[in-house]
Amino acid sequence: MAGHWRTRVGTVSVGLLLASTLGACGSGSASTGTPTLNWYINPDNGGQATIAAACSEASNGAYTIETSILPSQAAAQREQLMRRLAGNDTSIDLMSLDPVFVPETSEAGFLAEIPADLQQRLSDGVVDGAVQAATWKGRLVAAPFWANTQLLWYRKSVAQAAGLDMTKPVTWQQLIDAAKAQDTAIGVQGTRAESMTVWVNALIASAGGEVIENPEAKGPDIRLGLDSDAGRAAAQVMEQITAAGVAGPGIDNRDESATANLFQQDGADFMVNWPFVYAQAKSAAEGGTMDAAVFEDYGWTTYPEVVAGTPSAPPLGGIDIGVSAFSEHRAEAFEAVQCIVSQENQAAYMLSDGNPAALTAVYDDPAVQADFPMAETIRQSLEQAAPRPQTAYYNEVSQGIQDRWQPVSEVTGSTPAASGEFIGQVLRGEKLL
Amino acid sequence: MSSTTTARAGATAAGPGGRKGKVRATDRARAEARLGWYLAGPAFVILVGVTGYPILQALYESLFSFRLTAPADREFIGLRNYGVILTDSLWWSAMGNTVLITVVTVAVELVIGFALAMVMHKVLGWLRPVVRTAILVPYAVITVVSAYAWQYAFGLTTGFMNAVLPFVGADFDWFANKWTALTVICLSEIWKTTPFISLLLLAGLAQVPDDMLEAAKVDGATARERLFRVTLPNMKASIMVALLFRALDAFRIFDNVYIMTKGAAGTETLSALAYNQTISRLEIGLGSAVSVLLFLCVLVICFIAIKVFGVDLARARGES
Repeated sequence: MAGHWRTRVGTVSVGLLLASTLGACGSGSASTGTPTLNWYINPDNGGQATIAAACSEASNGAYTIETSILPSQAAAQREQLMRRLAGNDTSIDLMSLDPVFVPETSEAGFLAEIPADLQQRLSDGVVDGAVQAATWKGRLVAAPFWANTQLLWYRKSVAQAAGLDMTKPVTWQQLIDAAKAQDTAIGVQGTRAESMTVWVNALIASAGGEVIENPEAKGPDIRLGLDSDAGRAAAQVMEQITAAGVAGPGIDNRDESATANLFQQDGADFMVNWPFVYAQAKSAAEGGTMDAAVFEDYGWTTYPEVVAGTPSAPPLGGIDIGVSAFSEHRAEAFEAVQCIVSQENQAAYMLSDGNPAALTAVYDDPAVQADFPMAETIRQSLEQAAPRPQTAYYNEVSQGIQDRWQPVSEVTGSTPAASGEFIGQVLRGEKLL
Repeated sequence: MSSTTTARAGATAAGPGGRKGKVRATDRARAEARLGWYLAGPAFVILVGVTGYPILQALYESLFSFRLTAPADREFIGLRNYGVILTDSLWWSAMGNTVLITVVTVAVELVIGFALAMVMHKVLGWLRPVVRTAILVPYAVITVVSAYAWQYAFGLTTGFMNAVLPFVGADFDWFANKWTALTVICLSEIWKTTPFISLLLLAGLAQVPDDMLEAAKVDGATARERLFRVTLPNMKASIMVALLFRALDAFRIFDNVYIMTKGAAGTETLSALAYNQTISRLEIGLGSAVSVLLFLCVLVICFIAIKVFGVDLARARGES
C-alpha cells in the first residue's frame, strides 16, 4: 500500500516537473498573445535590462523583452552566440554584438536583413565610425547602440612637470620621453587578449595604414597590411616603450582593468584606456578608497599620435544590436531595436552605465555633459576613430596579432612581417592558431 | 576488512565473468552471466552510443575543410588537416607542455598522495574523519575555481605570493614567463588532484594484510624495508590504476591553462589547442583532427599502461 502511494506521489511529481519544464520551454506569454523577445546582452550595470523593461512597457503590449546575459569577454560572447546561431536557435531575437563580430555574423547569414528605410533611420545622427562598424558589404546590418573610444588619460601635475602642453595633440614619442623623465610609466594593455589587437590596430591606423587591405575577401584571399611602413611604425612605438623602461610592471598580463588600477594606484601617470576609468575613479574617490586629490588630478585628451601632425585614429568599440535571422518575431524585434537605440535610451544608458552613446546629439544633453566633463573629447575621438579590421575572419586576424605581438618586450621591426605571414598561413588553413 | 575484500575479489575472478580454466559453466553461472548482461547491457549500449558517436563524427569531420559559419564552403580534403597539424611547431610545443605537465604532476602527486594516504590510514580516533575531510577538500573544489584562486594568488595586481616568497621581487610576473607560468599551473593541478590519488592509494593501503606487516616486523624488517618489501608490492595494482587515471586526466589538462594564461607565454596544451581550433575559430575540420590526435595519444597511454606496465583494471576495481 505504502509502495503504491510512493509510486503515485513519484509519478505526480515527475508529471508536474515535466509540465513545468515544458511550460518554461515555450513562450511564457503565449496565453496573453504578447510575443517575448529574448535579448542576449553583454554584462553591464543593469542598464540594458532597464531599457528592456522600459521598451516593453512603451510597446503597449506589442512585445515583451527579456534579457539573457552573455559571458563578460567579447570572444566568449561570440563563441556562445555563433554556436547557437549555427544551430538555428530560434530563442535568440536580439543580440548585443561587439562591432568586430558583426561582419562574421552577417556573412554567415545569422543577421536578419534590416529594411532599407530602417537602415537610414538607424544611421541618422550616429558617429561615422559606429555606422562603418555596423555596415557589411554596403548595408547596415546591425543598429549602433553605443560607441566606445579610448582616450589618453594623464595626471595633470605630472604632465605639467614634464612640460607637456596637453591642449594640443601629443605623440607617443613625447609621452615616452615625458614618462622617462618623470620616472613613471605609460599604462598600455599588453596581455594576450583583444586589448592587444585594439592597441596594434590603433597604432597602425594612426600611422596611416590598415591591418587588412581587402576586408570583404574570403579567408585565403585576404591581403594583410601589417608588413608596411605603418606596421613598422606601430612596432617601433612598442619597442621604444619597452626600451625606455616605461611599460610599467606586469605589462604582459595587463588588461584594461589592470591598467586602470595601475593608474589609480600611482603606478603609471599616463594611460590609454576607455572612459570607464573615469567613472571607476570617481566612485573610488567618493567611496574613500582613493585620495580625492588624485581624482582631481585626472586629465584627458585624444589618443596620442604616431606621426606628429597626423591626427590619431583612436580605437573604436561599443555595442551594436542585431536581430537574429532565426527569430520568430522579426517585425517586433525591429520595433524593439528602434526603441532600444533611441536618443532617450542612449542618454539614459550613458548616464547609468558610463558607456558613450553612438548618437552625437546625446553629447549635447546637459545631464550627460554634467556627468561626463570629457564628453566633447569623447565625441571628437569617436569622429576620428578607426574600426578594427572588418572581416568575417576577424577572430583569426585578432588572435594572430595577439599571438605574434605579445609579449610586447619581444616586438621588433620584424614583427609586422612575421605576424602578417603567420596570419596569412592561418587564413589559408596551413597553420594552427 | 581486508580478508573480506580479498575473498570478494577472488569470487569475482572465478565468477561467471571469468573465462579462465576449463571448467564448464554451470546453468547457474550462465544465468548469472545473462543477468549481468541484462543489468549492464543498457548502460553499456548508451555509453558506447554517447562516446562512440562523437568519436566517429570527429573522425569524419577531420577529413573536411569545414568552418561552422560557412557550411556551403565545406570541402573534402582527406588527411590534409593531419598534415597541417603534425608539421606545425605549435602542435609539438603543445605536446611537449602537455607531456611535461603530465609527468611532473603525476610524479609529485604520487609521492605526496602516498604520504597523505598513509596519514589517513594511520590516524585514529576522532581525528580520522577530520584529517580525511581536510585532505579531500581541494578535490571538492571545482577546477575552474581552483585555477582562479591560484591565478589571483600569484597575479601581479591581486596576488600575495610575491610578498610571501623571499626569492622573488614585488614586481615579479609569474605568468609572463613560460617556466614560471607552468610552475603555477602544475602547482594548482597538484593541489587540486593529489587527494584523488591519495584516495585511490588509501584503498590500496587498506588491502595490505596486517598479519603480513606484523610478520615482517617480527622478522626484524625495518620500517623502510616493510614499506618497500611489503606495503608497496601489495599495492601495485592500486598504484598503477592511480597512475593511469591521473595520467589520462593530466594529459587532457585544459581549465588551469585556459584560466591562467590562455596559452600565452608558450603554455599551450593539446586540449587548449583543440578548443582554440574548434570552439574559438569554429574550424570544425581542423579542430576535429586535433581532437582525434589527442584521442590517439590517450589510447597510446592506455596501451602502454595496460600492456607494458600491466595495469589490471578488473583486479583493481575488485580490490577497491
